[in-house]
Amino acid sequence: MKKLEEQFFKTLMILATLLIVGSFFGIIFTILKKGLPAMNMDMITQIPQGGYYQGSKGGVLNAIAGSLFLALGASALALAASLPIVMYLNVYLKKSSVLGRITRLSFDVLFGIPSIVYGTFAFTLMIYFGNKASLLAGIITVAALVVPVMVRTMDEAFRSCPKELSDAAYSLGATRWETAKVLVLQAVSGIQTAVLLAFGRAIGDTAAVMFTAGFGDHIPSSLASPAPTLPLAIFFQLSSPSEAVQARAYASALILTFIVLVISIASRLLGKRLQKNKTRS
Amino acid sequence: MTNTPHISVQNLNLYYGTRQALKNININIPDKKVTSFIGPSGCGKTSLLKTFNRLHDSALDVRVAGKVLVDGENIYDKQVEVTHIRKKMGLLSQRPFPLPLSIYGNVAYGPKLHGVKDKPLLDALVEQRLKEVALWDEVKDRLHTPATGLSIGQQQRLCLARGLAVEPEIILGDEPTSALDPKSTHKVEELFLELKNKYTIVLVTHILRQARRVSDYIVFVYDGQIIEFGPTEELLLNPKEELTKDYIRGFFS
Repeated sequence: MKKLEEQFFKTLMILATLLIVGSFFGIIFTILKKGLPAMNMDMITQIPQGGYYQGSKGGVLNAIAGSLFLALGASALALAASLPIVMYLNVYLKKSSVLGRITRLSFDVLFGIPSIVYGTFAFTLMIYFGNKASLLAGIITVAALVVPVMVRTMDEAFRSCPKELSDAAYSLGATRWETAKVLVLQAVSGIQTAVLLAFGRAIGDTAAVMFTAGFGDHIPSSLASPAPTLPLAIFFQLSSPSEAVQARAYASALILTFIVLVISIASRLLGKRLQKNKTRS
Repeated sequence: MTNTPHISVQNLNLYYGTRQALKNININIPDKKVTSFIGPSGCGKTSLLKTFNRLHDSALDVRVAGKVLVDGENIYDKQVEVTHIRKKMGLLSQRPFPLPLSIYGNVAYGPKLHGVKDKPLLDALVEQRLKEVALWDEVKDRLHTPATGLSIGQQQRLCLARGLAVEPEIILGDEPTSALDPKSTHKVEELFLELKNKYTIVLVTHILRQARRVSDYIVFVYDGQIIEFGPTEELLLNPKEELTKDYIRGFFS
């Protein structure tokens, strides 16, 4: 009887794992199968020509550039906002602090708010201030969207720093700020994971940029110009009745996936190098 | 005690939440001697050690009442700056925790904090401190590699050098050899015997033989109270209190 139970739950676990891994490969396979035929140099080197969405020549370079600008800008801005928060939570506040608990709870709630809500909230503000959709508006909105991801991930990294390490810094006469800097060094691989997660979410998000970043056929030339993004490019192309244009949507998805993949691998490699500098924790 | 006390603890009580961990502690730690705190786990010896450089400050739910005088100055006085107190003491913890920096960076960290910027001076300081802990010859060719590349024993000596670099008067050791192999333990113990000429050393240890090997005075702590305090040989050979006798005989640990 015990053996049967063991078998049953083990099978369940294996099935669940297979389901997830299977879906991952299923997605990759679909994108490759449908996207590869439409993939060509034009896709990544050209911006859309006139009538592109009806099947004319061109590519999605505008959206590739827009997405990269947006995700990089949003990640950088979010990091600038998150790092001080996490330092404050972990070095200045005691663990039992009420403010700390409220802050962490707020970020958990914010984490669960759908990105369309961020989008509409930012859009309302933009209307109020009379701004048009722009790269900057997109960056700010997406940064707000990814700050909770970053804070929570970095918070974990800081919390896993051994207490003895901050004690060591304190006993050398370090102030709180100086100790916080030591912890940043110690948590550097966690910070990097946080930035990566945030970047992945930023570059893949559609709803938050739909109203705020706008769309256009050109590479954004300034923070004030509208910024086309890959997810929206995919959406527009996929809604076309023409099969050739739909195929380009899959090719665009392939590009997006490839960017995310390259960045995660690069970051892993970088992380390994940084890891060597780290104290075991 | 023939020596003037370096650290003088007066009516010290410490509470974790509602639990009292230290009860009315009074003790004078002599200058430039090795004083060991012995006692069973959880008796409060580490808690007592940590009150000396106010490491409880950042912990939650800890309340300290009473006085700790270092060089005659009450470190729990509101006007006292905590970094100034801590600079006077080097701390060695149970396991070495090097800062996430190079070997050089670890030793230079303290002096840099306190304003030494001159590169040749820093170089000389790092060399001097690493020699003081007998680590220089082992690491002089890889000063700028990560400190975590060292063995645990080397790391513990590095942490000692790091502490010495801020020119403390007192070295606090919280079971500093508990993670080390016998050979490294021996090295660290020898270091303490050399260093006591220049520093006041306070050790927490649960190894009686270690206390006997390195210390001039022993304090027996039990259940948050100081049961007995005296010169090493005297306390170990002729304990006055029944509890101390039982502990030394190994009736409990």
